[in-house]
Amino acid sequence: MGTGNSFDFERNIDAALADQQLKKNLRNAMDILVEKRRAVFTDPEALEQLRAAGNAIKRRALSKLPQLLEQLEAKCRQNGIQVHWAEDTAAANRIVLEIMRANDATELVKGKSMVSEEMHLNRFLKDHGIEALESDLGEFIIQLNGETPSHIIVPAIHKNKDEVAEIFHDKLPDTPYTEDVEELTRIARQAMRKLFARVKVGLSGVNFAIAETGTLLLVENEGNGRMSTTVPDVHIAVMGLEKVLEKLSDVPPLLRLLTGSATGQIITTYVNMITSPRKEGEKDGPKEVHLVILDNGRSRMLADPEFRETLLCIRCGTCLNHCPVYVRIGGHAYGHVYPGPIGKILTPQMEGLEQAGVLATASSLCGACGDVCPVKIPIPALIRRLRSESYDAKGDGTVSGHGYKKNLTETLVWKGWELVNVHPALNRLSTKMAGAMGKRLPKVGPLKQWTRARSAPKFAGKSLHDHELEKGGRDD
Amino acid sequence: MARIPEKPTTVYMFGTCLVDMAFPRAGIAAHRLLEREGLTVLFPQAQSCCGQPAFNSGFIKEARAVARKQIEVFPGPLPIVVPSGSCAGMMKHHYPEMFADTAEYPKARQFADRVFELSEFLVRVLDVRLDDVGPPETVTWHTSCHALREMGVIEESKSLIRQLEHVNLVELEREEECCGFGGTFSVKQPAISTAMVKDKIDDIARTGAATVLSGDCGCLMNITGALEYHRVPVEGKHLAEFLWERTNGNRKQL
Repeated sequence: MGTGNSFDFERNIDAALADQQLKKNLRNAMDILVEKRRAVFTDPEALEQLRAAGNAIKRRALSKLPQLLEQLEAKCRQNGIQVHWAEDTAAANRIVLEIMRANDATELVKGKSMVSEEMHLNRFLKDHGIEALESDLGEFIIQLNGETPSHIIVPAIHKNKDEVAEIFHDKLPDTPYTEDVEELTRIARQAMRKLFARVKVGLSGVNFAIAETGTLLLVENEGNGRMSTTVPDVHIAVMGLEKVLEKLSDVPPLLRLLTGSATGQIITTYVNMITSPRKEGEKDGPKEVHLVILDNGRSRMLADPEFRETLLCIRCGTCLNHCPVYVRIGGHAYGHVYPGPIGKILTPQMEGLEQAGVLATASSLCGACGDVCPVKIPIPALIRRLRSESYDAKGDGTVSGHGYKKNLTETLVWKGWELVNVHPALNRLSTKMAGAMGKRLPKVGPLKQWTRARSAPKFAGKSLHDHELEKGGRDD
Repeated sequence: MARIPEKPTTVYMFGTCLVDMAFPRAGIAAHRLLEREGLTVLFPQAQSCCGQPAFNSGFIKEARAVARKQIEVFPGPLPIVVPSGSCAGMMKHHYPEMFADTAEYPKARQFADRVFELSEFLVRVLDVRLDDVGPPETVTWHTSCHALREMGVIEESKSLIRQLEHVNLVELEREEECCGFGGTFSVKQPAISTAMVKDKIDDIARTGAATVLSGDCGCLMNITGALEYHRVPVEGKHLAEFLWERTNGNRKQL
């Protein structure tokens, strides 16, 4: 998924829309997540203040990102954490592989990490004879079923309880069928415990990396994050370079925004703050901690004053939960690692417009995403900007593949539209023609698409302009 | 907004291209509603479209040319009243954005500050009192995304409906969810768009209302198109037209 020419958005959309079970699962799950968020942010004014604070903290961090990353590296090294830089996902994968080989490890236990998904790490390691084992419950479920996450926070959100019961019964040896949630959880926990007892290297993501102290902060609810980062001898943390914050005091507002927006929690069950490997005299903790800092197009986003705002994202996933498109087509239809509104702006910038520019068309620009974003990313404005880059009239786009959609027909259509709307005489003429010929228009092109499940628009015989003129009212 | 007199004697009306072509009755009704409050309504004949179709499709240069034309057509200090939350949002919020860092910015800003969505103007500026003379009726209300999120005028629109003594307003279950119009989205992603509007008309049908009202003709065109296609016997109507009919005595006369 997400590579080469295998991505057929239209086919994915049609398949998702035809899946009634998926429709029901997504709607139920999104309703719950939306409601939980609403219940935790009850005071609109306080929420606005918090969002403004979150936005300001992330903006400040981005404004001195290179300096903060250097500081983070220095602090981490001082704390005994080994820091690695990866310009792209291939480099990040190689770094992980080298660490695995240096430790003679053939298995990797993973906490949840979207950056590792971005790297397609599991597949890469498999190709090199190493098995990556997911320990987050949702990730565990979809890995058993050979799937990828359909949501950045709740990866198996597209599955309901009965489907999970089927998967456990089919894929886990000697597992009797049960729909009992307690029992299903117990089954997963048992499988997980065995992993943690055995596997020598653990991998996790990072929610915030604090430059001031060299601390890696990780939130989670299942304890698998703490297990993955403390039980194995080696802990590898992977992060996108935008995750760095300046100070420890920057954390509380962002943490509140993250957990409240993501799962409607005031705080998660576990908040892990990792500042060093096991020190002398300590009884637990990994002997080695590695931090892999990934760029993969992020520096290019940073260089553009508008697109830079993409990097404000703290990956809470609430834009997915509130999106009328996501709730209907689900995460897999987007064909790439990051689905939903944030995916629509992130993926084309990472993969290029030729590969993923079409994602920007899948928005009615209703604005729900921008409204709920905890760090106030202007997602609709960035979707518009990507659309503009797709045609790139002036040839000055900054996203790879800019201008890929430029074509004479659309250029002429919009030029014609401009003329009609700038010259009153042409405007009168075209309105009259629409009124006179509206009913006889052939159902081709846009009208064909419109009338797939809607009757054709009806144009009035007499326009508002005509009515106003007739009334003889003053017009200036 | 600060420079606008509390209750002006003259206003501009920007009719919007969709009202002009497909829903002129909504425009006429808006005009009447304003006039009834003692205002002189100016309708510059050289007005056309707010520019949003091109703006949202990625054709910024073309959108800017059309925006420039509207700014030129509505000079002077008068408020500009718009019977659409979406077009008003475009002119109020995106015009200044489109001309940011250019010499035209002050003009765009000055223009934007004078833009009002119709129900916002009727309630906040004119403080209208409606005298309902129509028969008892149940209606439902569709919230347009831009009226809600860009203009923040939904409470004003609904408060006007609630002023009507014999009208029972039944709200939609998912009132704040997009109907799937989205301008060119409706034809660029027709499968998603029609799935969205199908859910919307199902929601509308469940209210049992015979009429769905909205302040935006883009949404109305989408919703009524789907209602008709699926043979759901609910009529779609612009809020202005409905308010005028309910309060005018003669329902047919505009």
